[in-house]
Amino acid sequence: MKIPAPRGRVSATLLDLLQNRGGAGHANAYGSLNLLVDEALAGTPDLLRDEDLQLALFCLYELHYSGLDGVEDAAEWDPELIRVRARMEAAFEDVLRAVVPVPALPAPESEAVAESLFRLAADDKSPGASRFVAGKASVEQLQEFLILRSVYQLKEADPHSWAIPRLPVGRAKAALVEIQADEYGGGRVERMHSKLFGTTMEGLGLDSGYGYYIDLVPALTLASSNAMSLFGLNRRLRGAIAGHLAAFEMTSSIPNSFYARGFRRHGFSDEVTYYFDEHVEADAVHEQIAARDLAGGLAEAEPDLLADIIFGAATVLAIDAMLAEDQLTAWQAGETALLTPLANDGGGTAGAALAATAMAGGVTP
Amino acid sequence: MPDPATEVEAAGLQAWETREGSAPASIVACPNGPLLVRGDFEIVTPDGVPVPRDRETVALCRCGGSAIKPYCDGTHKLMKFDTTRRRPVPEPARRAAEEAAG
Repeated sequence: MKIPAPRGRVSATLLDLLQNRGGAGHANAYGSLNLLVDEALAGTPDLLRDEDLQLALFCLYELHYSGLDGVEDAAEWDPELIRVRARMEAAFEDVLRAVVPVPALPAPESEAVAESLFRLAADDKSPGASRFVAGKASVEQLQEFLILRSVYQLKEADPHSWAIPRLPVGRAKAALVEIQADEYGGGRVERMHSKLFGTTMEGLGLDSGYGYYIDLVPALTLASSNAMSLFGLNRRLRGAIAGHLAAFEMTSSIPNSFYARGFRRHGFSDEVTYYFDEHVEADAVHEQIAARDLAGGLAEAEPDLLADIIFGAATVLAIDAMLAEDQLTAWQAGETALLTPLANDGGGTAGAALAATAMAGGVTP
Repeated sequence: MPDPATEVEAAGLQAWETREGSAPASIVACPNGPLLVRGDFEIVTPDGVPVPRDRETVALCRCGGSAIKPYCDGTHKLMKFDTTRRRPVPEPARRAAEEAAG
């Protein structure tokens, strides 16, 4: 990924250090980064929406995914950076455990866990952004919607794949691999979900390069991705990543049918809506496997993980509700949901993309 | 959008149709939800034409509410579909069934 623009002293110091590892004053840089992180963590009023800290954590995690341009691959396991990340992770996890409402725990049995998760998702009273997208969103708002989602969807499934070697041999592991194989296109590149999302972005005149819009994406969206990385990269939180995937799948089919409706309303073609149409069908399959076999199977194999399984699922619902609230508040006020509005600089705007789509569909302008 | 039917033709056989010794079909009846089908099976129209299928494991609608039949789209959750509830058969239907059975 490209090096993002810093958003405060922590991210500025971290990005500087990453690009000058082994340089002069290197050892001192670690010391000042540690101090800055401690100060920032102690002083932040809202860690989930803290631009500086969430960006810094996102960059540290990115070393495990696509890496950062101009930063040595070896930085991934730099013990000093791992130490800094662990401090941030501890604070992040504390906040999540404090703000995420977790229901009473079911029995550690597959069907009880599945029923509990389905009920948790059904009882979710968040309005969600899907109805707004379906009925009201403008083309510019659809672009913003895609840019916000692109942080995760362009690496779709990757954070949950960390869990594969961390699950015991048995029902849960088999279920996770079955779901992930489908996410990655069942062996066909053109059906890979991250690739389909890129096609949708291009259909609206957006750049589908991973991380291209990182500087426009607010902290809470980064926090949503960071929560997946936190759960996926820490073996002790394997219950949380399993629950996270289950809730993620359970809250996908119906919203995706609404998203597809919103894009069709503006005349976008089946090729552009294909990502959403695919998810309606795929996630109706995945949610059954994830609830019963992945989450339920893991609870049966390792009953001690039950509380984290439910916590991971509840985290999805809690963060999604906050994201929807932030986005709807902005959009309903006619404001941007991004940090700064997308500059439609004529380099392939949605209008041009739409016109091309219409032409291809035989519609004369 | 790629037409799944022509995709299948272009690719010849699907991966799971060519796999040696694939498991026989098994169906999981999901409580309050779809039928989850895995293994070696095909879904065809009454004329024997394959129904477009994009994945190995499928969920078949059984609540009647799906907009993408035969596949599930999650609508059962909105309908509060309950697989444990037995609806009484309406009287005319019951009588007709009895007459048909002689």
